[in-house]
Amino acid sequence: MSDVATDIKVPTVPAELVREPLVQNNRSFGWISDRVSAITEGKTPKWWWAAFIPSVCLLGMLGCMLFYQVTTGVGVWGNHHPTMWGWDIINFVWWIGIGHAGTLISAILFLMRQKWRTAVNRAAEAMTIFAVMCAGIYPAMHVGRVWFDWWLFPIPTYQGLWPQFRSPLMWDVFAVSTYFTVSALFWYVGLIPDLATMRDRAKTKIKQFIYGLFALGWTGSNRHWSNYEKAYLILAGLSTPLVLSVHSIVSLDFAVSQLPGWHTTIFPPYFVAGAVFSGFGMVLTLLIPLRSMCHLEDVITMRHIDVMCKVTLATGCIVSYAYIMEFVIAWYSGSAMEKFHFMNRALGPMWWGWIMMMGCNMIIPQLFWFKKVRSNLVVVFIMSIFVNIGMWFERFVIVVVGLYREFLPSNWDYFKPTWVDICTFLGTFGLFFTMFLLFMRFLPMIAVSEVKGVTPQADPHHPSAGGHGNGGKH
Amino acid sequence: MSANAKPYGLIAEFENTSSVLHAAESVRNAGFRKWDVFTPFPIHGMDKAMGIKNSKVGWFSFLGGVIGYTSGMLMIWWMNAVDYQIIVGGKPMFSAHGAFPPSYELTILFGAFGAIGGMMFLNRLPKLHHPLLKHKRFALATHDKFFVVIETTDPKYSESETRKLLEVAGSKRIEMVEE
Repeated sequence: MSDVATDIKVPTVPAELVREPLVQNNRSFGWISDRVSAITEGKTPKWWWAAFIPSVCLLGMLGCMLFYQVTTGVGVWGNHHPTMWGWDIINFVWWIGIGHAGTLISAILFLMRQKWRTAVNRAAEAMTIFAVMCAGIYPAMHVGRVWFDWWLFPIPTYQGLWPQFRSPLMWDVFAVSTYFTVSALFWYVGLIPDLATMRDRAKTKIKQFIYGLFALGWTGSNRHWSNYEKAYLILAGLSTPLVLSVHSIVSLDFAVSQLPGWHTTIFPPYFVAGAVFSGFGMVLTLLIPLRSMCHLEDVITMRHIDVMCKVTLATGCIVSYAYIMEFVIAWYSGSAMEKFHFMNRALGPMWWGWIMMMGCNMIIPQLFWFKKVRSNLVVVFIMSIFVNIGMWFERFVIVVVGLYREFLPSNWDYFKPTWVDICTFLGTFGLFFTMFLLFMRFLPMIAVSEVKGVTPQADPHHPSAGGHGNGGKH
Repeated sequence: MSANAKPYGLIAEFENTSSVLHAAESVRNAGFRKWDVFTPFPIHGMDKAMGIKNSKVGWFSFLGGVIGYTSGMLMIWWMNAVDYQIIVGGKPMFSAHGAFPPSYELTILFGAFGAIGGMMFLNRLPKLHHPLLKHKRFALATHDKFFVVIETTDPKYSESETRKLLEVAGSKRIEMVEE
């Protein structure tokens, strides 16, 4: 024991291990709320109108298509024997899959303490909600007689008959409606502190009143924050098993049936990975243009894009593994029907669907291994669109290719979509973009309070916060 | 300012997270009870500095989850196996496996309701009126400033002593807020 205390040598952090800050250029708290609120407070930019007007037109077209379909019948779509599920179910699964990235970012990355999520979670959660809205249209409409949709819910009817809970389609009703409700609530809870920011900045009485109403009287009290943070953590903890279960249950719509190509145990994990993959594709498609148009480069940084590319690559690899494994299992099963289905998938008349799926989901994402690609926004944007297209074709391969050549060759028939199929699908983009554009014009697109919380000066021990600087730098 | 305006409390403004954290510690150590810290974002370590116990929101969510799961299972059992039985594909009238997915979703749904409802209840939200929201400077609490507010109804409160405490804690701007 010596009397003189020896200095502990703190090793300096090597340059390659120093992380880039989440908010660049050392921006202040005030800058963050000013920058994000400017999108909702300033004059409506011309590009917003240029995007909004066509979106509303497409939304109108969706209305016309649905009206035509309801008044005429499901026969206006290309669905026919043996392909009784066509674009309706493809688009349902595609849209709902897109939503999954929003929940992954908001819930799973929150539990994993991935602080970079704060810059993108608000927009991604909004994307989830609007994508689930687009998805919900299809199962509601494809039943044909939409005025009986309420039979899906356990509400007493005059026949005294109840929903049939032994069917996975009923499970889906509960999964999708819970998913929509919980996602919307999670999103709203996250918005409350930012709505208070908007209320306190509002210049007009009407704005003050509306933002104030939805901010519920939020003051930023730390006693409130304490309960709020706990509730947020629990919601993240609940949304994580929820998001995993939703696409698992969607996959059970297929896997519980007896069809070759559908009746596989690999479906739930493979669907979830595919959903996250397609969702990140859509997040990149949306945020790359938005960050430059809304001047958010310091908040949604190149590091964010880089990380999202890596998630896309990782989930893309999981999906590719599943694609290959399906063939292996078909071969190993010894079932003639299984083997035929997979030969037909790759070499049958709809081989092009399989090629699109493999090309866009398995081969193109491999470019994300290269840092040069991940840091080139134009390339990333184009690749993200390929991911969206590839995932649409994956569902096409599963649904249509799974059905059009069923057990009896005399039942085989080629599938072609009708113009109503195509216009309805384009119309859902109208709904999606109309909602998204309204969201970004009227609500804070970035989680202001959360981004403030991950800046260095938010840490009371950091020198920039007036702390004693035990963070390594003095 | 009307003559009959009742004082609500003293509001002290702070510039950064470190100073407000230390101010909260000194207010807690002085033994105040009716006081609070207002920040644009949750500050790490503030609950400990203020002496706030772990939030009880979890219990509300747990209760919601239990209600969701049991009501899901009971509902499906009663509807398909008791009230109106139909034989489908030789499957049992009730099977925990088949009833699990919807019940699982209901667990999450009601658990989420519990978490949000519990948070609202514990925070007494929505609140249409709060004396602080009328205070001009307080609008910055959701922007970039940090505030400590000590209410006049606190037994330890005394105008001069409390003001001094907040000054020592490092606040440059201390004002009285009216009810």
